[in-house]
Amino acid sequence: MAEVILKNIKKSYGDVQVIKGVDLHIKDKEFCIFVGPSGCGKSTLLRMIAGLEEITSGELHIGGTQVNDLSPADRGISMVFQSYALYPHMSVRENMGFSLKLAKQPAEEIKRKVDEAARILKLDPLLDRKPAELSGGQRQRVAIGRAIVRNPKVFLFDEPLSNLDAALRVQMRIEIARMHHDFDATMIYVTHDQVEAMTMADKIVVLQGGVIEQVGSPLDLYHHPVNKFVAGFMGSPNMNFLESTIKQVEDECVTVGLPGGGTVSVPVKREQASVGDKVTLGVRPEHLLEGGGGDGEVSGKVLVVERLGGGTLVYASLEDGQSISAQIDGNSSIKVDDTIKLGLRNETCHVFTADGLALPQIDRHPLADVGRGSGH
Amino acid sequence: MATPASTAAANSAVKTKNTRKVDTRPFLWPSVIVLFLWMIVPLAMTLYYSVINYNLLDPSFTGFAGLENYKFLLEDPSLWTSMWNTLVLVGSVLIISVVVGALLAVLYNARFPGRNIARLLVIAPFFVMPTVSALIWKNMMLHPVNGFVAWLQSALGMVPTDWFSQYPMLSIILIVSWQWVPFAFLILLTAIQSLDSEQQEAARIDGAGPVAMFFYIVLPHLQRSISVVIMIESIFLLAIFAEIYVTTSGGPGLATTNLSYLIYSVGLLQFDVGYASAGGVIAVILANIVAIFLIRTVSRNMQKA
Ligand SMILES: Nc1ncnc2c1ncn2[C@@H]1O[C@H](COP(=O)(O)OP(=O)(O)O)[C@@H](O)[C@H]1O
Ligand SMILES: [Mg+2]
Repeated sequence: MAEVILKNIKKSYGDVQVIKGVDLHIKDKEFCIFVGPSGCGKSTLLRMIAGLEEITSGELHIGGTQVNDLSPADRGISMVFQSYALYPHMSVRENMGFSLKLAKQPAEEIKRKVDEAARILKLDPLLDRKPAELSGGQRQRVAIGRAIVRNPKVFLFDEPLSNLDAALRVQMRIEIARMHHDFDATMIYVTHDQVEAMTMADKIVVLQGGVIEQVGSPLDLYHHPVNKFVAGFMGSPNMNFLESTIKQVEDECVTVGLPGGGTVSVPVKREQASVGDKVTLGVRPEHLLEGGGGDGEVSGKVLVVERLGGGTLVYASLEDGQSISAQIDGNSSIKVDDTIKLGLRNETCHVFTADGLALPQIDRHPLADVGRGSGH
Repeated sequence: MATPASTAAANSAVKTKNTRKVDTRPFLWPSVIVLFLWMIVPLAMTLYYSVINYNLLDPSFTGFAGLENYKFLLEDPSLWTSMWNTLVLVGSVLIISVVVGALLAVLYNARFPGRNIARLLVIAPFFVMPTVSALIWKNMMLHPVNGFVAWLQSALGMVPTDWFSQYPMLSIILIVSWQWVPFAFLILLTAIQSLDSEQQEAARIDGAGPVAMFFYIVLPHLQRSISVVIMIESIFLLAIFAEIYVTTSGGPGLATTNLSYLIYSVGLLQFDVGYASAGGVIAVILANIVAIFLIRTVSRNMQKA
């Protein structure tokens, strides 16, 4: 059992507070991803869990014991660094066995464990090489191997894929997800790339400015973002935000105006909203219907067309000058300067009040609360 | 002596092969020629003087001497003593400066209040001229009557030691080390600062305490810089002179006479230019033997890293 529990964790450097009180419960065997823009404190948070940074205040529990005052080596964690941080003068074998050697384990035992990890990671032919003689992907594997050999309760990753090229990144992404499945270990993974977060996580923690914006499953964050920041950060291409005002309010439905004069009635709780409030209407490019229809319509002039084969990305300027992007069929014959009609379906729309908070949706998406793997 | 020139030539050959077909060697010739003359003229003159009879006290004693000077020199037991002294001096100072320099570098790499001033103080001895530092040690530190060490000893109820007559070589080693530790410290400190912090953090997670960290992570990282320190220091330490001249004058007896001091004493105290030149030639040969070994090991280390 290796739950990781953070209770009101704070971190200050001098007078500057960079982590402003984080409460989080990461379950045993969960793949938890911290995501957020650069400088939001993801690494700092991870390094506090690892024991590399002192925790200014708050409690950290790993596997049921409070570890605030334990050294990194005694916390039962392994960490994979962005720069791989391999020891350049040691061979791959020595790199992987270093922790066991320091723990004074017998040589046969070290050899057995290193061989085992090397087999899993297909590093067998490279064991006698030095890190300088390996490619980026191979170094990454060695770094992971070094983490595996310690047989930790919790794996920590700090942007492990950001130094790899795109193709290798996809491949390693799959391998790490696979590894999580095979090892049944708790993993905490930091990235600024929301695609990595969406594809791998059981639980995503969105951070901004040292506070948690939202915690949830990938589809929870995608379908039910609690505020404009999370809505804009998760999902690719980015969500469209249209300035609008509230036309009509009912208990379980808020009707907002659309550019061009139409309206759309969105099934959300009204909360404090009232007619005439300035709001932001959010809708994802992939939820817009080419040719109109749905529960509301906008039209605009096409500015740019990006054909990706499977889909087409269209950037258009609406009648009131706001811009919008839509992901439509790959076989669409739409051209620049054409007029495009886009339909909105009410259950895919989001309404954000002037302070950026989302009005909560009435219906939960059926997959939003379902975990990915077995055992949850 | 020929090594820098030949590596430069090798480098330029590699370049011309790899990039455009411009022969860059002609551009190197002016500096190579100047450096070559700079080296060869004094060497040729020394070689010439070493094979003639040339004593300033006896102008009538002239003419070609053949290998007489060398023969006298090689039969002179003071040559072997001074060679041994040179090796002891160079070796001890190298070990002391690298070990102490590395420890200080690790220590001063840690954060503590006033670190910059403390670093400056450690480096300071390097900027003191050798004659001055020798005088400081002779008159203020190790003097049996006025010295600080003597004062300490009597304060502790001990009999003050006359360092320069009882432990002459140790005293010289002490002075020279005091001057060269800062150099090793400076080079090794910059090397430690370039050590990847994530590597150290990975080692901490792997369970490395301060001692394991030093031997498994820091020391291997310093290997190259240590080679550089050893090479540069050896060049200067082989020619130590002022410290000996100011303090012990090579004595008592020959206890602190190294090769350069021996050459000085036969050349300028006994006025035998021919004899001193022969000593100079032997010193050059000895220095080159040391240099060949050093450059080989150092360049092997550099390629490895
Ligand atoms: N050692 C430090 N001293 C002062 N400020 C720091 C230090 N380390 C990080 N910070 C600050 O803390 C914030 C969070 O940094 P970090 O956790 O590295 O962000 P992220 O990994 O999300 O990009 C940044 O604003 C950074 O400037
Ligand atoms: Mg970071």
